[in-house]
Amino acid sequence: MTEQAAAPAPQHAGPEPMTGAQSLIRSLEAVGADTVFGIPGGAILPAYDPLMDSVKVRHILVRHEQGAGHAATGYAQATGKVGVCMATSGPGATNLVTPIADAYMDSVPIVAITGQVSSKAIGTDAFQEADICGITMPITKHNFLVTDADEIPRVIAEAFHIAATGRPGPVLVDIAKDALQARTTFRWPVEPQLPGYRPVTKPHAKQIREAAKMLAASKRPVLYVGGGVLKAGATAELRILAELTGAPVVTTLMALGAFPDSHDQHLGMPGMHGSVAAVTALQKADLLFALGTRFDDRVTGKLDTFAPLAKIVHADIDPAEIGKNRTADVPIVGDAREIIADLIVAVQQEQTAAQAAGERRFDYGAWWESLNAWRKTYPLGYEEAPEGMLSPQQVIERIGQKVGPDAIYAAGVGQHQMWASQFITFDKPATWLNSGGAGTMGYAVPAAMGAKAGRPDTQVWAIDGDGCFQMTNQELVTCALNNIPIKVAVINNGSLGMVRQWQTLFYNQRYSNTVLHDGPENDGKGPAAGTRIPDFVKLSEAMGCHALRCERPEDLDAVIEKAMSLNDAPVVIDFIVHQDAMVWPMVPAGVSNDEILAARDVRPDFGDEND
Amino acid sequence: MSKHTLSVLVENKPGVLARIAALFSRRGFNIDSLAVGPTEHPDISRMTIVVNVEDLPLEQVTKQLNKLINVIKIVELDPSAAVRRELMLVKVRADAETRGQVTEIVQLFRAKTVDVSPDAVTIEATGSSDKLEAMLKMLEPYGVKELVQSGMVAIGRGARSITDRSLRAVERSA
Repeated sequence: MTEQAAAPAPQHAGPEPMTGAQSLIRSLEAVGADTVFGIPGGAILPAYDPLMDSVKVRHILVRHEQGAGHAATGYAQATGKVGVCMATSGPGATNLVTPIADAYMDSVPIVAITGQVSSKAIGTDAFQEADICGITMPITKHNFLVTDADEIPRVIAEAFHIAATGRPGPVLVDIAKDALQARTTFRWPVEPQLPGYRPVTKPHAKQIREAAKMLAASKRPVLYVGGGVLKAGATAELRILAELTGAPVVTTLMALGAFPDSHDQHLGMPGMHGSVAAVTALQKADLLFALGTRFDDRVTGKLDTFAPLAKIVHADIDPAEIGKNRTADVPIVGDAREIIADLIVAVQQEQTAAQAAGERRFDYGAWWESLNAWRKTYPLGYEEAPEGMLSPQQVIERIGQKVGPDAIYAAGVGQHQMWASQFITFDKPATWLNSGGAGTMGYAVPAAMGAKAGRPDTQVWAIDGDGCFQMTNQELVTCALNNIPIKVAVINNGSLGMVRQWQTLFYNQRYSNTVLHDGPENDGKGPAAGTRIPDFVKLSEAMGCHALRCERPEDLDAVIEKAMSLNDAPVVIDFIVHQDAMVWPMVPAGVSNDEILAARDVRPDFGDEND
Repeated sequence: MSKHTLSVLVENKPGVLARIAALFSRRGFNIDSLAVGPTEHPDISRMTIVVNVEDLPLEQVTKQLNKLINVIKIVELDPSAAVRRELMLVKVRADAETRGQVTEIVQLFRAKTVDVSPDAVTIEATGSSDKLEAMLKMLEPYGVKELVQSGMVAIGRGARSITDRSLRAVERSA
């Protein structure tokens, strides 16, 4: 996180007498927090009083704490700064658990500030007491319980430092009500006291040289790029490295936009719903150059058959990721930006040396022949919808084409998320927000809200499913009331589409509890009756949004254009799409990536039938 | 599986033991024994953790432990280059007839009798796991009424200290 580690210019202040609550708000101002998403309640109440007077911190009053958490995450991913959310003790704090877990899985820097019951009442099962530090211990990078007002500035400084540096992640600061009320003195800057926290950012020169040598000698390398490259702000360096070597690039779900989708060396996304070319490239490669990525099970499939022929160079800021799932031949610990910058120099040296010696190095010609053949034979595509109906892929693809690569797209979780990853062209960093590791349904609307609050001049689209939308749509009220005009495309197939897809493929088309809005007479076998409960248009209008509905392919462009033209309030479009569309390609869970299916019952022919 | 002894220097702050215990449990690592106490520096506590894992998972254990913000340093102690001790308190049935025999065992193992009553003696013993186990085997025929044992503590042999540099880090930040 090289860029965002740059702290705001230190503001010298103090010692000034004030309350703990005032000290908290001053600390947030000093650390550069400009936006806080939250809801007040008993224990955090003292903090909300000075917050009202702050001209530097904008508080956005959400409708549910989960919305505050995801908004902080969306804000952080869109701006590269630390996102902040605030809640009261007990249920307020526990409602933050899901977004904190989500941010932990996706290494997003957020700071959650929660009120706690008075220090004398802690441990007595007091009203609205919950041990939120204990609860969030396994899902935060670190957390703090503050019972002494004097500690507030230092803890806030440490929390932001921990969240933003090294491998980023969520940090929770739980502050007892009496600490907020107590008299204290405020001083700034404060030095963090973290003797056990020393993230390594500078890579080892010997490892870099070794990695460059392997890349030079390799015949079938793949640059396997993860979200760490985006977080390190290393996309420009990555492009230089890729073009210098000519090696193919795959970007994981968390890394979309780290390397332009439209670049000729880009093979697509690897993993369960990755492109045939990307998945197969990893399987056939002799060298994986893993940058800021963690060999997640959704990428590797069955681990012991993943990339069986490949040597591994694994570069990551978190030493614990290296060797966790796959042994690395060359481990490199460091910041992705510094690593890639050093690699560029090392690769250039290798190239010069090879040229001087008249050797053929970085020679991937034969490899590209295979890659191009897979790309050409198995491009991403989708079946046409039944006559007169909208296909979900077509809707998402068209939004991407009309809205363009400068907008931010936030997705929920499920089929629509995968289609968005496949059919929107991501050419720029920080344009794709999604819940990758945790798979949190309901992420899209609040994350889009957070992104729009952080980057008000950028068009922000939530691509949501009708299942996800019903989990967190109340944040549209927040958007409407706070001038956060996001666009929400509800890809409405009337069902929990991804679960339904698995039922289609693996549970004999028994659609147990995946049909969302038809009546009790449905037997789970026939098509959904489509009662339109809830009516998303009416619902959205009730929440102060513009609402549109699109049911026919011929209206698609006009509806998207209409949505783009409305900027005085959030816009929700209810896209009624056919419910039988499936996400392809697919590697079924728990099997080897060699078993990838390009479409239903279609296994690509790699000419290896006899092996 | 093989046993490994880890010396872990941690900040002396509330909740650190819970963080470490929770980490072991959620990552699926088993703790054989854990002992925690103060060090020569008031801001640092030292844990001695015995884990029963293969080499590769051990690497994960130490890396994950290192990620905890309150963990300052982790050193694996080589059994051949470390002094390792456990403390045992054991209450053994002993009347006037058998007390002499029990006392003889206590002396053989260089243990101590710390409490005596008409029907029992309480013995304090320190040593390696093997020594304590051997003593216990000798005492069992008389009837072990109650047993309590500490986790292992360990320290490297020789003049070098694992705390020197860590202390400097703590003092710098203080």
